[in-house]
Amino acid sequence: MADAQFLEIRHLRKRFGDNEVLRDIDFTVRKGEVVCIIGASGSGKSTLLRCVNLLERPTEGEIWHDGRNILDGSVPIATYRAHVGMVFQQFNLFNNLNVLENCVIGQMKVLKRSRAEATETAMRYLEKVGMGQFIHARPSQISGGQKQRVAIARALSMEPEALLFDEPTSALDPEMVGEVLKVMRDLAHTGLTMLVVTHEMAFAAEVADRVVFMDEGVIVEDDVPSVIFGAPKQERTRTFLKRVLR
Amino acid sequence: MTLLALSAAALDRSFFEWVWFFLDRYWLQFLTGAGVTLLISLSGTLVGFGIGLLVGVVRTIPKDPRAPLFRRILRRLGDFLLVTYIEVFRGTPMIVQAMVIFYGLALAFSINLDRLLAGFLIVSINTGAYMAEIVRGGILSIDKGQSEAAHSIGMTHGQTMLHVVLPQAVRNILPALGNEFVINIKDTSVLNVISVSELFFASKSISGNFARYFEVFLITCVVYFLMTFTVTRILRLVERKMEGKSTYTIHGSQTTPESEIRIRGGL
Repeated sequence: MADAQFLEIRHLRKRFGDNEVLRDIDFTVRKGEVVCIIGASGSGKSTLLRCVNLLERPTEGEIWHDGRNILDGSVPIATYRAHVGMVFQQFNLFNNLNVLENCVIGQMKVLKRSRAEATETAMRYLEKVGMGQFIHARPSQISGGQKQRVAIARALSMEPEALLFDEPTSALDPEMVGEVLKVMRDLAHTGLTMLVVTHEMAFAAEVADRVVFMDEGVIVEDDVPSVIFGAPKQERTRTFLKRVLR
Repeated sequence: MTLLALSAAALDRSFFEWVWFFLDRYWLQFLTGAGVTLLISLSGTLVGFGIGLLVGVVRTIPKDPRAPLFRRILRRLGDFLLVTYIEVFRGTPMIVQAMVIFYGLALAFSINLDRLLAGFLIVSINTGAYMAEIVRGGILSIDKGQSEAAHSIGMTHGQTMLHVVLPQAVRNILPALGNEFVINIKDTSVLNVISVSELFFASKSISGNFARYFEVFLITCVVYFLMTFTVTRILRLVERKMEGKSTYTIHGSQTTPESEIRIRGGL
């Protein structure tokens, strides 16, 4: 069922100099699926996510999207990226723009929407993440949790096919993690395709359709959460989970 | 009045009388000179800033090893030319550049540039070389996450620069731009070597008539200082303005009293 597929990664490798961060990754994401990627720091999970959005150029391999290999140069990178939203660990809101403008600028410049339409769309998603009141605030004036919710609204405003999350709660104070996870949980229930690199095991267990465990640049185990967290087949997965789920 | 009569009357003037004499008699020349100085330094700084922005943006285009060969060669060539431009114009005195460009063009191509235009060109090109490096530094000082976020929503390098990175970088380099403007106000004085009628040139002409250098150049000194001081104050104001408001209004708080109450309750 090729049409139900959002993304297929084949034999992906990424080297930084002599350091091979990703070794022969094969990996598929179906439309509407929520996939959580877990693993220790340095296991390559963030790099994999950044390769999906081409923020890192893979050294080798293929990434198939919409029947085309986006690495062969036939698809303009910017066009592809507009279809795949990204939420960063450090939020990365545009510091020169206020909350509303953050969500409007991409729609106007990339999707060529009118200001009125872009504002309407932005407002819809800002309301959805509970930031409708703060549209005039600058990024420096709101909390980390609020910034991350705006960042999610900014990505959603582009109405992408999928959303990538790169450790979205890792830079937050503990009391703000909940508000961001709640937004993500709600999004997962709307049927949005999501690829989430996270250390929040409870979130992965509850929300994910599939959990991928990575270690030293390879996918060790890729299964439903009940198997990964209940009865992992691989020794390395067991060791990792024992360490983090104490 | 002949020059002879003037200098005869001059013998019994005190210092203050001399100063007053020059102010009273030559205020227009001082003012015109100051005007030319401001004109050249302001337009030269602005155009130089434009050159700097352009060069800075081009120099920060990410290198793509997968680009076609001819594009990579073009890139290397462009980089080489820009670095040469920056190094040559930063590495030689403006007074020498003025001589070489003005007389060089006249000699080699029989182009007799208008002196004012020549002065403007020299200051612009010179400032551009400095600003290119300042702009590059400003762009590099902006967190990489900003451009990554812009790229992730599908913006091109140009859009990322224009809408996200440069507005922040420019705010950071504004003090350096002001600095460059102040330097230019003072350094346009070297253009007197190609007889641009700026303030220094005007002062030289005035003082030469009477061989009274101290009084004239004291006035010149004050005029230069007034210009640079005013400019720095104005720039400080602009900087403060660009910082933006420190407060924001809650959306909906000014539309209906109802929503205001709701929001207050919510907070």
